[in-house]
Amino acid sequence: MAIPLSYNLRNLVVRRTTTLMTALGIALTVAVLLAVLALVDGLHVTLATSGDPRHVLVMRKGGTSELTSLVTRAQFQDLKFHSGIATGSDGQPLASLELITLISLQAEGSGTGDNVTIRGVMPAGIAMRHNVKLVAGRWFRQGVNEAVVGKSLSDQYPAARIGKKLRMGRSDWQIVGVMDAAGGAQASEIWGDVNQVAADWNRSLYMSSALVEAPDAATAKALVNSIGDDTRLDLGAELETDYFARQTQSAEPIEYTGIFVAIIMAIGSSFAAMNTMYAAVARRSREIGTLRVLGFSKLSILTSFWLESVLLAGLGGVIGCLLVLPLNGVTTEVGANFSQLAFAFHVTPESMVAGVVFAIALGSVGGLFPAAAAARKEILSALREI
Amino acid sequence: MRFLPLILRNSWRNRRRTLLTIASIGVSMCLLGVMIAMYSAFWLSKPRDNQALRLVVRNRVSLAVFLPLAYQQQIEKIPGVREVMVDTWFGGVYKDAREARNNFPRFSVEPGKLFTLFPEWSIPEDQKQAFIHERTACVIGRDLANTFGFHLGDRIPLQGDIFPGNFEFTVRGIFDAASNSDVMYFNKEYIDQALPERRRGFVDTFYVLIDDPQHSSRIAEAIDAEFRNSTGATKTESEQAFVVGFLSMLGNVRMFLVWISAAVMFTILLVSANTMAMSVRERVREVGVLKTLGFTPGTILGLILGEAAAISVAGGAIGYLISTLLLKGVQRSPMGGFLPALRVVDPLIAAVCIALAVSIGLVSSLVPALGASRAPIVEALRSTD
Repeated sequence: MAIPLSYNLRNLVVRRTTTLMTALGIALTVAVLLAVLALVDGLHVTLATSGDPRHVLVMRKGGTSELTSLVTRAQFQDLKFHSGIATGSDGQPLASLELITLISLQAEGSGTGDNVTIRGVMPAGIAMRHNVKLVAGRWFRQGVNEAVVGKSLSDQYPAARIGKKLRMGRSDWQIVGVMDAAGGAQASEIWGDVNQVAADWNRSLYMSSALVEAPDAATAKALVNSIGDDTRLDLGAELETDYFARQTQSAEPIEYTGIFVAIIMAIGSSFAAMNTMYAAVARRSREIGTLRVLGFSKLSILTSFWLESVLLAGLGGVIGCLLVLPLNGVTTEVGANFSQLAFAFHVTPESMVAGVVFAIALGSVGGLFPAAAAARKEILSALREI
Repeated sequence: MRFLPLILRNSWRNRRRTLLTIASIGVSMCLLGVMIAMYSAFWLSKPRDNQALRLVVRNRVSLAVFLPLAYQQQIEKIPGVREVMVDTWFGGVYKDAREARNNFPRFSVEPGKLFTLFPEWSIPEDQKQAFIHERTACVIGRDLANTFGFHLGDRIPLQGDIFPGNFEFTVRGIFDAASNSDVMYFNKEYIDQALPERRRGFVDTFYVLIDDPQHSSRIAEAIDAEFRNSTGATKTESEQAFVVGFLSMLGNVRMFLVWISAAVMFTILLVSANTMAMSVRERVREVGVLKTLGFTPGTILGLILGEAAAISVAGGAIGYLISTLLLKGVQRSPMGGFLPALRVVDPLIAAVCIALAVSIGLVSSLVPALGASRAPIVEALRSTD
């Protein structure tokens, strides 16, 4: 017969200081793990909302990054009339030739500059990106050095606010608007007229990439293949969503470091849990003897003490989740592709479950030996102990 | 001090608990040791001798904007400058860029000056001469050679992206460096040759060798002043600052380190406090006996605090030793290339770790120790727990 769970619960309550301290140690371990997972998940969410399944990103053959890709104006002229590209309301193909480069912006109260993406776009490029909306000011005019900055940037960098002049490649640019991207990566970019950006960076021939839109998601896949197979074009294509999904690699160093730290901390906390449970077993020697006399088997003693350790760790896991919750929605940034990308921590229910499971695993390892020690006690000597 | 044997015997009484506590503190302390060492390598350490002599000049706008090659002669004329080398990030694609290890850093430089700027890298003289005299030659770091199994005479093809064209380099030298050397250098002349006329004469950065570390900020200011009103204004900083700036692109590393260290430290505090509370609770009667024998509350306080400090110092020392092993790994990892100032064994960091361990021990045991030292004799003797 099993010992009722309420016996363990009451024991945990009686030793509340020890219980709480051990659980808090486990909670911190879980909190570190969850914070790292929340960071990676937040990046995933941002990158997932950045791409549109109808968009096809065209880059140099074998190109993996817009920043180092090359597409000439001549190639773009051919690409524009490639079959399978949707037409916009003005009857023109939905295709935008774009130039991507970087500038360094200085954040408030920081001495070092951060790299920020500058994107020269065509009017079609603005129309195609449905997630990008102007939240203040107006769009830039063609043929003038005017720029619209992403909301994350204008929030963070005083030099990138509306009405300010920004020094870019070789001249000053007037900031005329602020755009938001419904959580997408574009909120961390600065946009201007592609021809102006090209002139300012002295790049008349080579642009970076082109974005084209297919009528729907199913034809987009076909468009990727037909552009890639077109030997005359000599360009590579991939779905915009795939491109952004690949960018999550940039968080890998942080992810691996975080998981490594959490595992080491878990080893430390499982030793601590072991300590607590050994003390519990030692203090309750007589109780264990009594339970045995009452007819509880060795196995049920083992299960009972092991469950107590699991309960203790589970409590730690839950506290860990609570500790991390305030982090949800806090903005941070990582470097992706050599430039800053702002996004919010995202604590998912899945990772919280994973955190509690992690804690329970840690508790069951830590509880096994003390529980076995409890079960091995001889009835008579256990009863005699004080 | 004469109670030291008593303290040690006391801490050794419940061996299993003491060992588990030491192990738990040790494991956490090793993380702390690694993080303290990385933090100090980034923000606190003085650059090493050779590194302190190097400045990096780049375009103020960003690394993606080139500087005119003509600046080189102007920088050379600034007093205190011994050598100026062009160093340009080549980018390019080796085989398949989708595989991470293929994206090792590659730079086009001036072969004759590379080992003057980086005297801490060792390379046989004949290999160095071959690199200087052959236009399509390249030198690679030992780590890169090991990763791909490259040998002298092997050919490495690269497809240019920032600099369009197909290039093939012959490995003429392999150099050894203390930190990560997953890197490739080749002759900028070879790249220039393939470029159209109007794309030549632009560089990413200038590496400047100066005569005295003391002059570095003065020379950096002089360089920036020289080009303040030109088309491409420059930003000159020490190599160390340049590296830290580059790393900040990975995210807020500093905040990351501080927060994790805080969490780890708090965990150790909890573990240690828990252990001390448990062992004091078991010994209330004993404390009563000691008091009856004439031990003062102050001595009792000292005995318990000392025991906690002894346990956490043992944990701290073990943790520090493990951390040096981990740091060796960090140094050989790709990250290590960014951490030139990282030292595996640093007496100062060892001292900080031990000091932290002592203070954690003292703080964690303060509450149970005070409780025990203040307990009235009669109550303590009556305790049955």
